[in-house]
Amino acid sequence: MPLKPTKTPMPEQDAKERITNFTEVALGYTEADALAEAERCLDCKNPLCKQGCPVEVPIPEFIREIKQQNYSEAVNILKSKNNLPAICGRVCPQESQCEQYCVVGKKNEPVGIGRLERWVADWDMARDMQTEPVKATKGRVAVVGAGPAGLTAAADLVRMGYKVTIFEAFHEPGGVLIYGIPEFRLPKKIVKREVDYIRQLGAELKLNYVVGKTKTIDELFADGYEAVFVGTGAGLPKFMGIPGENLNGVYSANEFLTRVNLMKAYRFPEYKTPVQVGKRVVVVGGGNVAMDAARTALRLGAESYIVYRRAEEQMPARLEEVHHAKEEGVQFKLLNNPIEIIGDDKGEVVAIKCIAMELGAPDESGRRRPIEKAGSEWIMEVDNVVIAIGNSPNPLIPKSTPDIETTKWGTIVTKDEDGLTTKDGVYAGGDIVTGAATVIEAMGAGKKAARAIDKYLSSKK
Amino acid sequence: MYKIIRKEVLAPTMKLIEVEAPEIAAKVLPGNFIIFRIDEKGERVPLTVADFDRNKGTITLIFQEVGYTTKHLGRLEVGDALLDLVGPLGEHLPVEGYKKVICVGGGSGTALLYPKAKAFHEAGAEVLTITGARTQELLILIDELKAASNELFIATDDGSFGHHGFVTDILQELLEKHKDVDEVVAIGPVPMMKACAELTKKYNVHCVVSLNSIMVDGTGMCGGCRVIVGGETKFTCVDGPAFDGHQVDFDDLMRRLVYYREHEARVQEHHECCGGKGGDCKCH
Ligand SMILES: Cc1cc2nc3c(=O)[nH]c(=O)nc-3n(C[C@H](O)[C@H](O)[C@H](O)COP(=O)(O)OP(=O)(O)OC[C@H]3O[C@@H](n4cnc5c(N)ncnc54)[C@H](O)[C@@H]3O)c2cc1C
Ligand SMILES: Cc1cc2nc3c(=O)[nH]c(=O)nc-3n(C[C@H](O)[C@H](O)[C@H](O)COP(=O)(O)OP(=O)(O)OC[C@H]3O[C@@H](n4cnc5c(N)ncnc54)[C@H](O)[C@@H]3O)c2cc1C
Ligand code: SF4
Ligand code: SF4
Ligand code: FES
Repeated sequence: MPLKPTKTPMPEQDAKERITNFTEVALGYTEADALAEAERCLDCKNPLCKQGCPVEVPIPEFIREIKQQNYSEAVNILKSKNNLPAICGRVCPQESQCEQYCVVGKKNEPVGIGRLERWVADWDMARDMQTEPVKATKGRVAVVGAGPAGLTAAADLVRMGYKVTIFEAFHEPGGVLIYGIPEFRLPKKIVKREVDYIRQLGAELKLNYVVGKTKTIDELFADGYEAVFVGTGAGLPKFMGIPGENLNGVYSANEFLTRVNLMKAYRFPEYKTPVQVGKRVVVVGGGNVAMDAARTALRLGAESYIVYRRAEEQMPARLEEVHHAKEEGVQFKLLNNPIEIIGDDKGEVVAIKCIAMELGAPDESGRRRPIEKAGSEWIMEVDNVVIAIGNSPNPLIPKSTPDIETTKWGTIVTKDEDGLTTKDGVYAGGDIVTGAATVIEAMGAGKKAARAIDKYLSSKK
Repeated sequence: MYKIIRKEVLAPTMKLIEVEAPEIAAKVLPGNFIIFRIDEKGERVPLTVADFDRNKGTITLIFQEVGYTTKHLGRLEVGDALLDLVGPLGEHLPVEGYKKVICVGGGSGTALLYPKAKAFHEAGAEVLTITGARTQELLILIDELKAASNELFIATDDGSFGHHGFVTDILQELLEKHKDVDEVVAIGPVPMMKACAELTKKYNVHCVVSLNSIMVDGTGMCGGCRVIVGGETKFTCVDGPAFDGHQVDFDDLMRRLVYYREHEARVQEHHECCGGKGGDCKCH
């Protein structure tokens, strides 16, 4: 049978329909879709796809089981390397990871690895299996932060026999998966299921617990924890430092998305946390966060614009997200940069002033540096501005634990691949070490640290 | 869950609750605050820890009922519980090494002031306290403040008790009389704090104010609580809530505080019409 050149299409909610709701955009494969897509995999002897996956998911192996309709075996293979397949299948930037390396992709579209991963994980969830708790036979480990890095480290450590407590600042576990990535891209019930699974394994979750405030890391050691994993993420919003940023109506993407996702402001007034969205919203930035904010603003009834200082090719957002945003009607003002936000006498945003940019020579990141075009200022009336130009690491832990060294960017210094910090027994991974990155990289870091913690504690005995 | 074990009505819209929260009680210092959420659908709201008992493992909160959430909190009774409580948050206020301090509290700000006055007093400073309210029945914590101060001065806007006028009138008299004051701590409505800051600037006395920005997470993650201090943007929840009053842009703070006023009205309406279906209606 000749290979189909294109991926089996993903059923999606129609763009006109979906901007009126917050339910998931991509509907997921049917069993027939999954079988058809699995057939496109050549089951390579030397599977290049695996090199592109930060956690080395045995890709041909799990796809082989799909082909043979051994779905539960496919689940086991996936879960041997990836604790959160239902999440990764949805949010991994596959086009720059596993799928980028797939040989089928050389001439045709690569195998839809992410879509298959999602389908297997969803199939597994629908079965509603109970997980047996693992008996804790080894020491106690504290995990700080219940984002992908922390959850992964915790799950692996529990499976190795450690007694693990996860400390989370918010009232809900999940990190960016809960407060950042919107419901229409990653339904929160999926995150809850994955967290429940980790709980069932035997990890203890302490919510509303800010390490560095409620207790410091040194106090956790004094309480009998023998090692600590820090996965506190990059949660400090950056602002641009332009006039008008403190006006009412200007949000950081973190605040905007937290109000809508975690606090469910899209169901206001049933849920009591408000979010103020006027007729026109400008989101500044070109990453996943900016796309999420722009698409959220659309769903709250606004006209939605992206202002980004470089060109489309330089946008760090996933292709799929940019494509979805365009389909839904987000308008792009590329090669433009805001220089001032203008307010009225009540201190509320009424307009934004931008300047056109052109691309000059490449900068240290290798991307061409945007330069202002003199005299090209323009003004647009807007009601809200959402700043999505990135996050810095949260300084609470380093501030309260002086012997954990940080870099000048505020990320935690690690002494090796495994995430050992400058403090004995303390490991770190995820965005707090790398700066804002991806879910799967954070999980990879959690895995490595879990192995290293096991080695460290075993050698101490 | 965090159980309410004591409740007092201090004034018609001013309540006190003591809540079980052993881990917070073990660590809290004067100046810290907590963020609570009553139930699944609730908003996250900051309140100062007014008092604590490390042995009992409890903290005391004193609050003014201003909007939906604080009114809802005011309807809870002993035995009810809060779903979420996180803290202690913010930087605490250093109280060591001061000889003479004037503490000024206005309205519900007096509740926030009390733990600080008490801490300065316990650290050995001479504490002169001024408290004020619109009218006599809104005065709170008078006995507690007396015990925590060397002298207590009282003002009411309508003259129904103590000095007829504002707390700043008394502050000015005290600043005239006592040239050796190291610090003024002013907590209350923003216009009151602004007036105290301006007055102390004239007398060249350092003035600490405690800001009540609108917050979400309280850990530096959202930037919603940003304020302008000394021309720079600061986050109230991690850099404050106490700041040098001479540096704060109070007008900016006042503007930011009214942003959700219309939404507030809508929550109230929704609440009134839900007929108890929401499960959180106790007023019907
Ligand atoms: C809007 C948005 C969209 C994104 N989209 C994608 C995408 O499509 N694909 C992708 O791969 N990546 C995406 N990312 C990036 C990805 O989400 C992050 O790289 C990843 O979540 C990092 O995981 P983490 O575990 O290091 O940190 P986080 O997910 O940030 O989790 C950290 C957790 O630690 C908690 N915490 C912080 N400080 C403390 C403390 N002192 N005590 C206790 N708990 C604390 C926080 O509350 C949080 O729950 C997106 C990010 C954002 C913001
Ligand atoms: C660090 C900190 C400590 C605080 N400590 C105390 C305390 O100990 N006791 C106490 O009574 N209050 C305290 N506050 C203020 C308290 O958080 C607000 O009164 C509360 O958020 C109001 O919530 P609500 O839902 O009842 O009212 P909302 O519905 O949110 O608002 C009702 C009205 O109050 C105004 N408002 C909203 N938020 C605030 C705010 N943060 N401050 C002042 N006005 C506001 C609105 O403009 C609106 O008109 C503190 C605030 C901060 C930031
Ligand atoms: S985890 Fe992500 S990168 Fe790895 S195989 Fe799955 S989708 Fe690809
Ligand atoms: S590289 Fe592509 S075709 Fe080969 S095993 Fe991996 S997914 Fe299948
Ligand atoms: S409340 Fe979010 S940063 Fe202060």
